[in-house]
This record gives sequence, C-alpha cells and structure tokens, in this order.
Amino acid sequence: MKSLLHLLPYLKKYKTHITWGCVAAVFTTGISALAPWILKLAVDDLRETVTAGKLAMYGGLFVGTALVGGVFRYYMRMLLIGMSRKVEQDLRDRVFSHLQAQPVMYYTRHRTGDLMARMTNDLDSVRNVLGPGFMYPIDTGLTAIFSLVLMLMLSVKLTLLTLLITPLVSWSVFKLGKVTHRLTTDIQEQYSRLSEQAQENLSGARVVRAFSQEQQEIEKFDELNQEYVSRNLSMTRVQALFFPLMGFLFEVGAALILLVGGFGIIRGEMTLGDFVAFVGYLGMLAWPMIAIGWVANLLQRGAASMKRIQEMLDTEPEIQSAALPKSPSARTGRVEFRGVRFMYSPTSPSLGVLDFTIEAGQTVAFVGATGSGKTTLINLIPRLLDPTEGQVLIDGVPTTEWDLAELRRCVAMVPQDAFMFSETVYNNLVFGNPAASRDQAMASARVSRIDKDVETFSAGYETMVGERGVTLSGGQKGRLALARALVRDPLILILDDALSAVDTHTEEEILSGLRSFMKHRTSILISHRVSTVREADRIFVLREGAIVEEGTHSELLENNGIYADMERRQRLEAELEMTE
Amino acid sequence: MSKNSNSAGEDRDVVGKAYDSMLVRRLWGYVGDQKAKLFLAVFLLLLGSAAELAGPWLSKVAIDKYIASGDTTGLIRIVIVFVVVAALAGALRWSQVYLTGEAGQIIMYRMRRDVFDKLQRLSVPYFDRNPVGRLMTRITSDVQALYELFGSGMVAIFGDVFMLLGITVVMFAINWKLALLTLTVIPVLLLVTFAFRKVVRDLYRRTRSQISALNGYLQENLTGMRIVQLFGREEHNFARFQEQNIALKNTYLKTIFFYALFFPGVELISALAVGIIIWGGGTMMIAGVVTVGTLVAFLQYVERFYRPVRDLAEKYNILQAAMAASERVFQVLDERVEVADSGSPSAAPAGVYPFIEFRGVWFAYKDEEWILQDLSFVVQEGESIAVVGATGAGKTTIISLLQRFYDVQRGEILIRGRNITDYPLTELRAMLGIVLQDVFIFAGTVADNIRYGRPDASETEVEDSSRVVCADRFIERLPEKYQEPMMERGATLSTGQRQLLAFARALLRKPDLLILDEATASIDTETEQLIQQAIRRVLEGRTSIIIAHRLSTIQRCDRILVMHHGRLREQGTHEELLTLGGIYHRLYRLQFGQVAEAAAS
Repeated sequence: MKSLLHLLPYLKKYKTHITWGCVAAVFTTGISALAPWILKLAVDDLRETVTAGKLAMYGGLFVGTALVGGVFRYYMRMLLIGMSRKVEQDLRDRVFSHLQAQPVMYYTRHRTGDLMARMTNDLDSVRNVLGPGFMYPIDTGLTAIFSLVLMLMLSVKLTLLTLLITPLVSWSVFKLGKVTHRLTTDIQEQYSRLSEQAQENLSGARVVRAFSQEQQEIEKFDELNQEYVSRNLSMTRVQALFFPLMGFLFEVGAALILLVGGFGIIRGEMTLGDFVAFVGYLGMLAWPMIAIGWVANLLQRGAASMKRIQEMLDTEPEIQSAALPKSPSARTGRVEFRGVRFMYSPTSPSLGVLDFTIEAGQTVAFVGATGSGKTTLINLIPRLLDPTEGQVLIDGVPTTEWDLAELRRCVAMVPQDAFMFSETVYNNLVFGNPAASRDQAMASARVSRIDKDVETFSAGYETMVGERGVTLSGGQKGRLALARALVRDPLILILDDALSAVDTHTEEEILSGLRSFMKHRTSILISHRVSTVREADRIFVLREGAIVEEGTHSELLENNGIYADMERRQRLEAELEMTE
Repeated sequence: MSKNSNSAGEDRDVVGKAYDSMLVRRLWGYVGDQKAKLFLAVFLLLLGSAAELAGPWLSKVAIDKYIASGDTTGLIRIVIVFVVVAALAGALRWSQVYLTGEAGQIIMYRMRRDVFDKLQRLSVPYFDRNPVGRLMTRITSDVQALYELFGSGMVAIFGDVFMLLGITVVMFAINWKLALLTLTVIPVLLLVTFAFRKVVRDLYRRTRSQISALNGYLQENLTGMRIVQLFGREEHNFARFQEQNIALKNTYLKTIFFYALFFPGVELISALAVGIIIWGGGTMMIAGVVTVGTLVAFLQYVERFYRPVRDLAEKYNILQAAMAASERVFQVLDERVEVADSGSPSAAPAGVYPFIEFRGVWFAYKDEEWILQDLSFVVQEGESIAVVGATGAGKTTIISLLQRFYDVQRGEILIRGRNITDYPLTELRAMLGIVLQDVFIFAGTVADNIRYGRPDASETEVEDSSRVVCADRFIERLPEKYQEPMMERGATLSTGQRQLLAFARALLRKPDLLILDEATASIDTETEQLIQQAIRRVLEGRTSIIIAHRLSTIQRCDRILVMHHGRLREQGTHEELLTLGGIYHRLYRLQFGQVAEAAAS
C-alpha cells in the first residue's frame, strides 16, 4: 500500500479539483439521503390529514431532491473521475519521457512487451485507484454516514439490526474479490500456456508436419484446452455466486425490517412511513457495503502496479549528459579512442583495448566477421554505450563531458536495421532535422539514390511508410536511412553495414556521390564488402574485439591476411554470380 | 471524423445483419448437446425472475393484510415465506448463470479445438501467407468473443425481457390505473438509456482507436529508441506522444461527462416515477381505490425496472462483436487444404525403381518466378548425395518438395517408382528423417525434444540414438541431463548442440531417407568434430541427401549435385567435378579457398 504514496505529488496539481469534488460529494450524498425521509412524511401523512395539494408537494419535493442532488453528483463525477484521467495522462507522459532518457542497454535488459505492460495494464490499475478507488469511498462513506444518522433517528433497534448484515456483505465481497483475483491469475496462467503452445505449434508448422506430429500436437493442445475450460468453470462457479448472494443478503435485510418494523407498527412504536423510509435507506446502504469490499481489492492491485511503475521511474539513466558540459575549441570531427575496453557483462566477450585516432575529414572503414565487435565500437561514439574502461574523445573532449544532445547532433548514424517510423517518407527523411529545408532534404535523397524510388510511390514523399502505406525493401530502407542521416548535415557520418541490401552498382554510385558530400567531414564505414571500403583512407580489420590488421586497401592486400582472403572470396563470388 | 466512422460502422452493421441468419444457424449447430442445458437455463431464469418479482408483492400483502390487522403470526409466516422465496430466487439465479457459463465454456472449448485441428491439417503455403499473430487471434480473442454470446448474451436477453414484462404484468394486476400512470416514465427511461448507449458506444470506439494509436506509437518508440536518441528526437516525439495522450484524455473526459449526466438523469427519472406514485397513488388512496401496501409495492417495483433496460442496451454490442468474430473463425474452418492426401492412393508399382527420382520438376513459390527449372535426378537405394550451390540456387526447396510442403507445378517426384502425391502424407513423411540448419526446439525436456517424432520411444532408445550421433556427451553434461528443460526455443544450446539434438531426433524415427541441411554457421571445434563423427556414422549404408557446406562432408558422399540458379548444372564425384573445372571448381575455390591453397603450397 505504501507505494500509493508516490501518487501524492501528482495529486497536488489538482488540489482545487479534489477539494471542490469532495464538497460536491458532501452535498449530493446529504441531499439524496433526504429522499426516503420525504417518503416517510408522505406515507405517514396518508393516514392522517392528507390533501391532493400536500401530495403534489411531497411528490415535487422528492423529484426536487433528485434534481438538486443530481446536479452535485454531476460535479462530483466530473471533478473526481476527471482528475483520475488527468493524473493518468501526467503519469503516462512522465514515464514516457523517463524511458526516452534510458540508454540502449536498458532496452536490451527490458523486453518491450514488459515495458508496454507496465504502461498499459499497470497504469490502468493505478488509474482505477485514483478514479473509482478515490471517489467511491468518499461517496459511499458519506452516504453511509448520512443514512445511518437518519436511520438512528427513526429507530435505533432497526438500525442495529440492519448493521448486522453490513459486515457480512462487505466481507463476502472482499473475499469473493480475492478468490476471483486468484482464479483470474490461474486462468491467465493457463491462457498463456495455451497460447504459448499454439504459438510454438504455428511457428514450427513445418517441423510438426515433417515429423507427422499433428495428432500429438492436437492432443497436447486439447489437454491444455480442457484445463483452461475447467479453470474457467471454477471461476464461473464463484462469479455466478456474486449477484445471487448479494441479492439474498439484502432480501434477508428487507425481511428483518419487515418483521421487526411490522411488529413495531402493530405495537404502535413506529409508523408505516418509518418502515418505508427504512427500506429506502437499506437500498441506499447496499452500494456502500458492496463498494467497500470492491475498493479494497482495487487498492491492493493498484498498489502492486504502482510499485512496478515506480520501479521504472526510480531507475536512473546510466548515460546522462555531463552536468557541466565542455565544448571543444573547434569542431572538426576528430575521433580518438584512448585505451577503450567494453564489456556488456563481466562474463561476455569484451571489446578492446582499442587505441586509435581518426583524423578530421578522413574516411575509415572497419571490417570483420559477425560478432567481431564492429557495431559495439561505433555505438561508443554517439554514447549509445559508454566504455567500461578508457575514453572516447571527439575533438579532444571526452564524450562523457560533452552535452549529450550536442554530441549526437554532431554524429549521424545509418544503422544496420534501418528502423523507420510509420510516418510519411518525407517525415522519415527529415526525422533528425525537422527544420531542414525542402531543398536540403531533396539533395540528400538524391545523393542516397532514393529519389527515383520515391517518385514511384503512390503519394511521393507524402506516402506513409509501413502497414498503412508502402512496404520498403531492404535496399530502399538502407538508402532512406542514409538520406535521413545526411539531412542532419553531420560532422561525423557513420554507416553501419547500411548498404548491404543495395546492389553493388548502386552502391558505387552512392559512394561516389558521398565522397563530395563528405569532403570536409569524417566518415566511418562498416561493411562486409570489400567494394564498399576499398577507397577508404584507412581500413581496420576487427577480430574477436581487437584490431588485427590496419592499413589501406593495397597495403592490406599485400599483407595477405584476413582482408586479402576476404577480397579473394568476394571476387570469386562475383565471378560465379556472373556465370549463367 | 467521428461522423464518418459512424456511418462506416453502420454500413458494416447492415452487412453483418445480412449474414446473420446464416451465421446464427451455423453457430446454433455448434451448441449441439448443450442445447438442453441452455433451455433448462432459460426455464430456471424465468422461475428465478418470478421469484424475484414476488418480494414487493409479499411486502404489500404483509402491510395490507397482517400489519394492518395486527396479525403477528401471519406476519411471521409471511416473513418466512419472504426469506424462502429470496433463497429460492438466489439458488435459481446461481444455477442459471452457472449452467449458461458451463454451456458457453464447452462450446468454446469445441470451437477452439476445431480451429486448432483445422490449423494442423492446413499445409505450409497457408502458413507462408498468414502471420502467426493473425492465426493466434483466431484461436484466442475471436473464440473468446463468442463466449460472451453463449455465456451471457443469448440467455440473459430472455431474462431481461421477461423481467420487464413481469414487472409490468404484476403492476397491472395490482392496480392497472396506477400502473399506467407509473409506466409513463418508461419510454423516457428507454429513450435516455438507448441514446446514452449509442453515444457511449461511439466514444468507446474512438477511445479504442486512440488507445491503439497511442500504444502503437509507444511501442514504435520503445523499439526504435536508439534511432530516436541518435537523431535527437526525444523532445519532438515526446510532444507527439503528449498530443495523442491529451487527445485520449479528452475523449475520456467526454465519456465521463456523459456518465456524469446519465447517472443522475436515471435517478431523476426514477424519482419522477416515485413522485407520480406519491401524488397519483396518494390521491387514489384518498379515494379509497388503492391500499398503502400497493403504494409500497409499487415503490419497490419501480426500482427494479432499470437494470434490465440497461442490460438490453448493452447486449447489442456483444452480438455485433460476436458475429464479426464468428465470421473470422468460420473462415479458418472453411479454408481449403492445399496439399492434401489424394483420394485414391495407387498401389506400389511392380519392378525395380530408384529410391528417389525427380522428373522434369519445375517449381515457383510465386507465379512464374521459377526456383527450380526442369530438375531431373535420381538417388539410388543406399546412395548418399551432396547438393551444393550458392545461396538461392534452390537447394532448400528440394527438401521442402520431398516433404510435400508444396506441390510441384510441372513434372513429378517419385519415391520407389510411385508419385509422392500418391502416398498418404504421414506415410511419406515417416520415411524421411530431417535435420535442418535452424533446429526448432519445443518447450519441454531434452528427451521430449529427441522423442519429438516418436513420442512412444523408450528412454533407452532415446539414449541409444543420442549415443550414435554423439549427442550424449553434451547432454550428460547438462545439470539434469536428458530431463533438462529447454528454455525459449533452446536458447541455452549452441547451434552445434541443437544440430546434434536434431540428429538424434531424426535417427530415432529410423528413417529410410535422411535429409540433412548442414549448418553454415561456425561451430566450436569440439562440437564440429562431434558432428563430423555423427555424420559419418549416420550416413553409413543409409540413403541420404545432404545440403553440404563442409568439404569433409561433401567428400564423404557418393555423388555431388551442383545446383546453379535453379538448375542442375553438374554432377559426379568430387574428383570428377574438380577435373571438369566448371561451377563446382569455382565453388570449391570460393568456399575452401584458404584450405585448398594451403594444401597446394
């Protein structure tokens, strides 16, 4: 329950809402509590000196209380429930912006599904605490107080009698809620098992067929399906109990009132009006009794959810902008790795020690097998990762001392998995520089050779990318990603195997275009293709996290090592491809 | 915007209704032996509603007859009746809800089972076309939506209608004039409720689409966070997120507004009814037409009118959703099975035939994009064949076709002289033992996975076949050995270990033909040696087709088929092909260049 206290700062903003909401609650419950009393007066009067005029007055009075009470009820709901949606929005914004500050490592540790669940299901149950969980105790609590006071004024004996069933109702709602929650969890578990099996079966459809295991799979699924049904039935049994049980308890209350009240009337201790009013008050108390048990469950669940959300907010981003950022004296794009080592975890293979410098305006390339550490290495430059040991310096200033936003503005990366957003082609193009001019964007598209492709799209640059529009091929994605990077007009351009899905001919065109574009900038290329890197000023060959060869294309060929072998294979491959 | 989506929604309703009668008949067929249960439930429901209606009437009798005359024993008696009737009403309602729930669950169970059964019979091309996520939705949420229909929808409609009719009838029976007067508020109540439902339903739809847009954006941002950060888009995307977040909040606030208006509104309407009873009933009482008890009973009946009205308004949504879901479910059930057992399997032809023969086979996954062109080759009994070629040469397709995942467009594939389409699918596949590069590991233990193709295999058999393929060494080193549970698709095993496991799995089936797609990925030296040893042992005297990537494997085979761009270009032994100096020679230099040159120098 303590975790719910974390919500207090969010509530502060809505102090006025809450105050006025509570005031409205006092009025609406107070006024509504008068209604049965009016009935009492009317019924009692029926036996004595009633006139048509008086009856009209009672009728009007009754409707009047409903009207005035209704107005306050309207405000109570608008203010209190409305507040819960507002806090929900604030909280969602807060979590989102917090997640934006989390470095890449955070996302390798937390699955997207888990984060999504916290931002949807957990947020929902916290919202329930703030909405119904907040309003109902106030509303029903006040109703209970007002009704009880008026009931006591009518008959102490009957009131005490009614109170007998109250704890019974609240307690059974609470207990049933608990059991229901446990059963729901059981059902959820079985449901995941069922869907996991189905998912596995469908993903492995070929294997299932290859081994003719269809029948066995059917039987396995059937077993899970049966268990799922039987768990659902246990739930049905409990759930089916709820309304009949509540109904019965209230009827028992009504019967008690009828019995004791009836005796009271016969003995002349109370009037028929008192009796009618009492039945009315019992009806008013019904909801508070149910609500107490229900709200208790809401609070329990909400507290658990808030804990999970708070956990997320309490995780400080590991990579943060320097508190007192330094600016280099001149921005040239010189990159230096000084004694850099990196490990994802103490047991995983490490990168480094790396010591090298890329002079401003140079084009360098990194080649090496999958897993040799190329991508990790370049991720250190824009601080997607921080080195475990050593420093990366850009223009003489360690990256950790830069202003983070500033640093990333200097670097543009074309990553391997060219992730595109479901927006228009144009918006994806200017993703990193929304202020870019149209000319600038078009120039970048031209250099990246994506311009001709876009012309063929149904709505040109306004075509949506993704499900609702055009599905880009691997090559198109790579080229669009390159254009997106160029629009940023970066000091340092990094291509992480970005053009692997582009044919060699187009790649050559792009590279020659890039050369003039990147004349005074630093370029870093990662590729499997010799054709991509051969023109680089310097080529580094990585193996198991270390630089094992270094030099120009011709130097490396002479060296007759890994690079030379790679070049030979690719030449043969190309020859073979030409064979018809 | 909401206007548009509205009319679109209504269009869909019209279409939905046109289909309704057919769908409903088909759904009713699914009810099967649960029909009796549903009818019983309806019967219990009617009795239960009647019992619930008795309460206010009993109060009336108590007031008018016993309290008025001071008859205490009568009062006690009627209170006892009151409690008994209430208990009865509760019991009836409970059994009715349980019965319908049970019937609904059983119907759902069958439907889920049938969809899954059907999915097992559908062939591989279907799975190429339909993403797993979509099929999952059929099995899970679509079936669930139908539960609402059977579990609570259908029967409850009877109950609600009966309750409304019952209250009306009883009120009329007690005093028709007062009943008529009181019931004037009912049209207003109906109007307000249905109008409210309509507004809220539209808002609810808008909320759903806003939530899914917001969550879609959220998911996209979480997945692409690296790009967001690299391109310094945090603030911009936050603004976009916030914009959608605020829009969603505003829709919620609008919904809250209608609820805040509706609840007091309904209270006002029932207060109006009470006011009418006080004023009208009171006047009638002065005239001596009605008793006090009647007034009290009327006051209580009016309170019970609202629930069934609200429920009925909600049922419409349930029906609509269930119809849409059932349409999708039936679509799966009606799907044609593309690769099916032939109706009349021919007998095995007499004479001696090669084990496998490809005769002028042409195959394309899509239209005329031929993956295999005019492919013909023969594999004799006991022969081991290596298939080599660059990526995309069509090697894997040969394996898929042999398993009849797809049928060929032209030509035929024969096994022992008989077209594979003439074999029952299970018989055909039982002849084949397959080891693929990407080994699919199922949830369960190591032993379960080895046993996958033969669930009845004994522990000794499992261990024996593991020993033959040298998989026993790594298995013995696992903490729980053969009982080691496998996590998420065997993530704890290396590629090599998974392939060894697949060897054991294939061998356990005692296949006539072994098909092996050798792993291209680099495997640690120790496992690599185990695999080589396993291949050697497995190939001995067994007919086999191997998509080979390793020189040692290729050299071990009797014959090599060289595939290039979907055609068979060369075949022969390693030496023959090297002397030929064609494609194989180049492939050889490409893949084993370093080894070859090292050997030469």
